[in-house]
Amino acid sequence: MAKITYVEFNGTAHDVQVADGVSLMEGALQNGVPGIDGDCGGNAACATCHVYVAEGWEDRTGVKSELEGEMLDLADGLQANSRLACQIHASAALDGLVVTMPETQH
Amino acid sequence: MATQPIAPEAVVIRHTLPHSADPFPPRNRPAVADEKPDTLTAFLKTAPLDAVDIADPIWWENDVHWAYFKRLRDEAPIHFTHVNSGRHRGYWSVTRWADIMAVDTNHQVFSSDAHLGGITLFDMDSVFIMPMFIAMDQPKHDVQRKAVNPIVSGANLAAFEELIRSRTQEVLDGLPRGEVFDWVDRVSIELTSRMLATLFDFPQEHRRKLTYWSDIATSDPELPGALTKEERQGVLLGMLQEFMQLWNERVNDPEPKGDLVSMLAHNPATRDMPPMEFMGNLVLLIVGGNDTTRNSITGGLKFLNDNPAEYQKLRDNPGLIEPMVSEIIRYQTPLAHMRRTALEDTILGGQHIAKGDKVIMWYVSGNRDERAIENPDAFIIDRARPRQHMAFGFGIHRCVGNRLAELQLKILWEEIMKRFDTIEVVAEPERVPSAFVKGYKSLMVRIPA
Repeated sequence: MAKITYVEFNGTAHDVQVADGVSLMEGALQNGVPGIDGDCGGNAACATCHVYVAEGWEDRTGVKSELEGEMLDLADGLQANSRLACQIHASAALDGLVVTMPETQH
Repeated sequence: MATQPIAPEAVVIRHTLPHSADPFPPRNRPAVADEKPDTLTAFLKTAPLDAVDIADPIWWENDVHWAYFKRLRDEAPIHFTHVNSGRHRGYWSVTRWADIMAVDTNHQVFSSDAHLGGITLFDMDSVFIMPMFIAMDQPKHDVQRKAVNPIVSGANLAAFEELIRSRTQEVLDGLPRGEVFDWVDRVSIELTSRMLATLFDFPQEHRRKLTYWSDIATSDPELPGALTKEERQGVLLGMLQEFMQLWNERVNDPEPKGDLVSMLAHNPATRDMPPMEFMGNLVLLIVGGNDTTRNSITGGLKFLNDNPAEYQKLRDNPGLIEPMVSEIIRYQTPLAHMRRTALEDTILGGQHIAKGDKVIMWYVSGNRDERAIENPDAFIIDRARPRQHMAFGFGIHRCVGNRLAELQLKILWEEIMKRFDTIEVVAEPERVPSAFVKGYKSLMVRIPA
């Protein structure tokens, strides 16, 4: 279990407990966090669960697959800390993680 | 004389045939008593799977392909079609959600390249290749796509919203009451052509030309009454000429303006495109921005009429418009398929796909796959996860204009519900005879006086 804080583009924060192994995209959808769409269902095949990972957490959120990198490359608002939330899975190591959202998902 | 040993030749397996001679042999059609939808459906329910060419326009014009795709999903989810291979060279049909996802996300193996035939079941004409970014592989695809991406970014769409709304209001306020009219012509084409003219900054008074070019670009030259191949090429070259004029007017502006022509003319990735590549990208943007939204606008009205309980749900709660828009797009799936060509031998769902084989991802079937979507044949405007459909495709070629399409449909339904309690469909629609553009030629409706 990990407490994940999702911060919408407008600054609204949502604290959610996400069970181990569940993706942060699923964690958002199951708890009604707005701003994350998850159109492809968790295959890194769209870019509608785009989030920015807070500084200092990169080593714990894992590495991007090639496809994830390519999809993010086509997304609006790409930054060095951009990730697809469906490719990050909750675990005790992520307890306290803060992710923020881009203006829109595309 | 000693016999030289003969080296065994490597066996090359290839399912899709090499390019065939022009003209194509006549289409092989099933022996059915008549071409009524019920008769055709009965045939598709019982015919051997190997005896059907589902690319034949007859199935699409009559909206009867459903029964066959259900059988393929259950019995042969990766299935090769030989019927009429003299015309299309043979193709694999991929019909389940998960298998389509696997193909769509594996662009290293499954190519979109125009020179291999492109992204539709019928190969792009090899003597009239129109390169366009949807029919390109990496890395060129990405740089060209990025040249036009900003026009449909979230921030840019917010700027369009007011314009889209005022136009939608104008079109709806001009509709007759108490008389039958064609929804396709008066609403679907009218709204999409105005939007497209805005995106290109194309003269609004000539906007129907965009609709015409879109229809010509996707038409089957062999259908009765259609233009010949040469006539079609002539029309598209005429389109190129008109757009070259716009390009030339805009290419020397100190800064690019916000329209697509200007963006292409100024971006380093596209400003030196050969004319055929400019034409290809125009066709892509015109068809992509036109046929798809047009047919979802029409489909939505038809689905609500076919499902009165859902129409009532919408009247009771206009807040359902947003999930309904996604459901309309899933239920319509305005592009029935996308095609890839295998760059190497591979295994897909237990079947051996050979290098060079044509692989068809039937989105229209994936969007009705019981394995991925609950009760998929029902039109339900308040689904729990309506956005999870494959009508926009997945992977790097996913529809770039998806958000614009959703915005147009959302505004349209908001404005419709403010004005009209009901719009009645008075006759079955006339459908486009195509296994690619799944759409409507006309839909006769009446708004009660």
